Amino acid sequence: MKFTTPVLDYAILSPILIVLAGALIGVMIEAFLSKTRRPIVQLILTLGTLLIALVQVFRIRNTTSLSAAMGSVIFDGPAFLLQMTILIISIISIFLIADNENFTALAAALPGSIEEQEATCKGNQVTEVYPLTLFAVAGMLLFPIASDLITLFVALEMLSLPLYLMAGLSRRRRLMSQEAALKYFLLGAFSSAFFLFGAAYLYGYSGLISFAGIRESIVGGTGNDVFLLIGIAFLSVGLLFKVGAVPFHAWSPDVYQGAPTAVTAFMAAATKVAAFGAMLRIYYTVFANAQWSWSPLLSVIAIITMLFGSFVAIAQRDVKRMLAYSSIAHAGFLITGVIALNKAGLSASIFYLFAYGIATVGAFAIVTLVRDSAGEVSDLNRWAGLGKRSPWVATIFAFFLLAFAGIPLTSGFIGKFSIFSAAYESGAKSVVIAGVLSSAIAAFFYIRVIVLMFFTDSHEDATTVVIPSVLTRITVIVSFVITVALGVYPAPLIDFINKFAIFIR
Amino acid sequence: MLINNGLVYLIALPLAGAAILLLAGRRSDKWGHILATLLSAASFSVGLLQLSQMLARPTGQRAVEQKLFEWISVGTFKVDAGLMLDQLSICFVLLITGVGTLIHIYSISYMSHDHDRRRFFAYLNLFIAAMLLLVLGNSYLNLYVGWEGVGLASYLLIGFWNQKPAYATASKKAFIMNRVGDMGLSFAIMIAFASLGTFSFAGIKEAAPHASTASLTAIGIMLLVAATGKSAQFPLQAWLGDAMAGPTPVSALIHAATMVTAGVYLITRSNFIFDAAPTAQLLVIIVGAITLLFGAVIGTAKDDIKKALAASTMSQIGYMILGAGLGPVGYAFAIMHLLTHGFFKAGMFLGAGSVMHGMDDEVNMRKYGNLRKFMPITFVTFGLGYLAILGVPPFAGFYSKDKIIETAFNAGGIRGLLIGSAALLGAGLTAFYMTRVMILTFTGAPRWDEKAHPHESPILMWLPMAILAIGSVSSGFLLSRGNALVNWLAPLFAEHAEKAEVLKPVVVTSLALLMVVIGVVIAFMKYSRGEVSSVAPEDVSALTKIVRRDLLQDDFNEAVFMRTGQGITNTLVKTDELVIDGLVRGVGSAALGSAGALRKSQTGFVRSYAAWILLGAVVLVAAIWLVTL
Repeated sequence: MKFTTPVLDYAILSPILIVLAGALIGVMIEAFLSKTRRPIVQLILTLGTLLIALVQVFRIRNTTSLSAAMGSVIFDGPAFLLQMTILIISIISIFLIADNENFTALAAALPGSIEEQEATCKGNQVTEVYPLTLFAVAGMLLFPIASDLITLFVALEMLSLPLYLMAGLSRRRRLMSQEAALKYFLLGAFSSAFFLFGAAYLYGYSGLISFAGIRESIVGGTGNDVFLLIGIAFLSVGLLFKVGAVPFHAWSPDVYQGAPTAVTAFMAAATKVAAFGAMLRIYYTVFANAQWSWSPLLSVIAIITMLFGSFVAIAQRDVKRMLAYSSIAHAGFLITGVIALNKAGLSASIFYLFAYGIATVGAFAIVTLVRDSAGEVSDLNRWAGLGKRSPWVATIFAFFLLAFAGIPLTSGFIGKFSIFSAAYESGAKSVVIAGVLSSAIAAFFYIRVIVLMFFTDSHEDATTVVIPSVLTRITVIVSFVITVALGVYPAPLIDFINKFAIFIR
Repeated sequence: MLINNGLVYLIALPLAGAAILLLAGRRSDKWGHILATLLSAASFSVGLLQLSQMLARPTGQRAVEQKLFEWISVGTFKVDAGLMLDQLSICFVLLITGVGTLIHIYSISYMSHDHDRRRFFAYLNLFIAAMLLLVLGNSYLNLYVGWEGVGLASYLLIGFWNQKPAYATASKKAFIMNRVGDMGLSFAIMIAFASLGTFSFAGIKEAAPHASTASLTAIGIMLLVAATGKSAQFPLQAWLGDAMAGPTPVSALIHAATMVTAGVYLITRSNFIFDAAPTAQLLVIIVGAITLLFGAVIGTAKDDIKKALAASTMSQIGYMILGAGLGPVGYAFAIMHLLTHGFFKAGMFLGAGSVMHGMDDEVNMRKYGNLRKFMPITFVTFGLGYLAILGVPPFAGFYSKDKIIETAFNAGGIRGLLIGSAALLGAGLTAFYMTRVMILTFTGAPRWDEKAHPHESPILMWLPMAILAIGSVSSGFLLSRGNALVNWLAPLFAEHAEKAEVLKPVVVTSLALLMVVIGVVIAFMKYSRGEVSSVAPEDVSALTKIVRRDLLQDDFNEAVFMRTGQGITNTLVKTDELVIDGLVRGVGSAALGSAGALRKSQTGFVRSYAAWILLGAVVLVAAIWLVTL
């Protein structure tokens, strides 16, 4: 038997490797450094790692390669854009995560146990959330550039496993948080099984695991179509689960609500980018020639997802659940971009992911600020009158909501407008009509929250807004500024994305 | 068109002022008002510089533009943010920044006791910036941004003393009525884009001759709706009186000299649309004629000095709208009246502010009397404004108003006769109510309370009044000497043949002066002989009562719009509860068979979620099978 040395293109893999190295150093710090110095060192390390990775991604922006790691990784313009987006969102959310008020002091202790109380009182904060974040980021960076089914699956698990843990780290309402983590884990495992099952069928169809190979089989039309169709269907289940599309959405409201808000922010924004990145690559390149089979299905799923998310959000009484349903609706809008299957659709989806991701982090950051003595208050009724007590916080939150609703002069408008026009161009008119309709429904509940904050008198047990720490303030301000800038003057970013948004095959 | 990259400074300077003052907060309390005034003055200087450069260029190359940035670019849909300065906009730029700066100076003293003076100046600067954007935008979309901007500044300033509920309500009223007008503007822009494919003035001007009359008429009517909202014209006039709740300098700047004239600007700027849409143009004339009489009639019964002046503003803008409706012959006269009115009305408002300043914020003219003895400067400056608005030669209003009346008669036929007579009658009414204001305020026996100590205002207040008074005296003469303004603006408008004179100018002038004399004499007979009661008499004719109630404008709005609106809203709420909410549940039942099931699907049990995923996967496979069968 003859072994050949694998040829690795380290320049292209370096962003992922840098993040993984940072994560490993983080584990070491967790083990050896004294507890008092850990938080600041971990923050600096994580931030530094992400920044270096960002710089590195930017430096290789003009590189394209089909064979960076023996054909299992592909790097091109969209890969660059998606990795940039993931890293920028991670950097913004890391400030929120660093506000350790959100996390349990000792995650290993039973909720309510003496060990936990002791750790809380002494301020012995464990900081495993930083390396976990970095591991998840590494997985997210790999997910949209994977170019065979095994790498895709490995990346999926690599980004999911740390997230399952992070969902259970909440300082307050720990049982709820742990329940969310367990649910997320079980359902994630379940959907991973579907994903693998689909991958196996695709292998059965073409005899190959590489995207290029499967694509050629589809173009050649030699294999057994039944295998292909089952493969596409089951692989889609796995991907649609990650983005939270109906009917694979059920986990997201519970997990969004239970997880620490900082983690929810990171998860809602960055995971969506990674998952949609992979989806775009798979449907735009691998399955492009089998469009006849999946396009009607995805259209139906997009329509159901948009309408369901928007409708059910109306009935929510909890701000985090409302944002969860809103994110389900947004997943529907993004699937519209996948269906478009043209260049405009790709650029629009990437712009939408960036704009939506930033606004999401900002909105959840605001949620962490509204508290009473027992911690965050996510009951919407108790947000009444917030605009009178804390006009700045309420105004910025209102602005993010308007961006979600897609009101002109916010980033959401440009995103929705371009994604719908791309889908319309490609003939998916029914999806666009459903999209516009559900945007109108969605606007209703976003604006209802604004009315609640500004025009409703507050209850007696009014919540207060804590003065944000410098870290949270950075998150809020940066995401606010980006959201405004993208709404008022989106042209440079759109041009930039247009320049890079071409998949190589 | 020539490129000039200096235009942005006109807007940037006051905008920076607003930003600094709002962001620096209380820290800038000490110097904020001075900074704001200086920035406004700096903007005025930039405007003067631009004027001198413009004068140096030959007629064909006077307009300049500056592209700021590509605003929206999605596929083939592109919108640029850009500025344009031409002969029309420079008039506005100088009026806005010039009068604006004077009013800044006045406010330093007028607002000196208000602990929120800095915020006031921030809003003033914001207003100046927005108004400049409105008149400098090179497309309807940019104009729209400025349009909403001045609206915002206007609401903020009307409700500046929003601790008083009545003032907050006034602000809300202005807001809502303006929304109706703004909707007109957005419709106009949408129709223009749909039928002509562009937003820019230049593009629409080029495309307009090829467009159908129907779409041009629709655009014109919608633009007119926008103009009636912003300029307080019939039927959206009711907010202006209440807007007087704002501090008096605001009334002078926004609700007399500049913002309320935006409607006139809009119509004049859109001349290429109105010239090609005679129906819309006729509507403009009708609106102008009705409003000029409506405002004048209301003015005769107002005891509140500011509301009397507001009614007069409404009426004078009616003249301008009328002038603008008369087409290429009238545009320049409308703008001339706008400029002269900017001087004399702002001056009179500042005078009213000065009176209030000396009278402990009393606004009821029945509690004034004989103030000329105590406030000689205010009396003189106000008096010069008074002579100007009456149209007494050689004061400013004479040149501008007379021309509009004359052009109205020249429209010819019954139409010309009707609108000409309306304009003449308006002149008489104006003379009556303005004389009434003068008599009640400055002459007769004092009727004020014991506590009042009328005194002249400090120099920072009377100096701007004096400068504006000079404008009230001379601006008309200067602008019309050798047809200066008409020739200056001529390149912008369609060429037009001289219309036959229906009445000789001398006759028109004599008639107008006769009306003025009649108005003045009646006012003297009624108010100068005998006592004026310090409370409004109750035993008056039904007509007077109706006029006192603003010709029932609020009752009308309440009965027609509010009640029906409430009815519709109530029905909608019921529909919302019954139908929409029912529908929300209905979607759930369609999916799962029963109303509560949708929420029940979110049970919290992992097993049921997993079942959903399984079901979804099965359906997916089944569906994919069906699709490909």
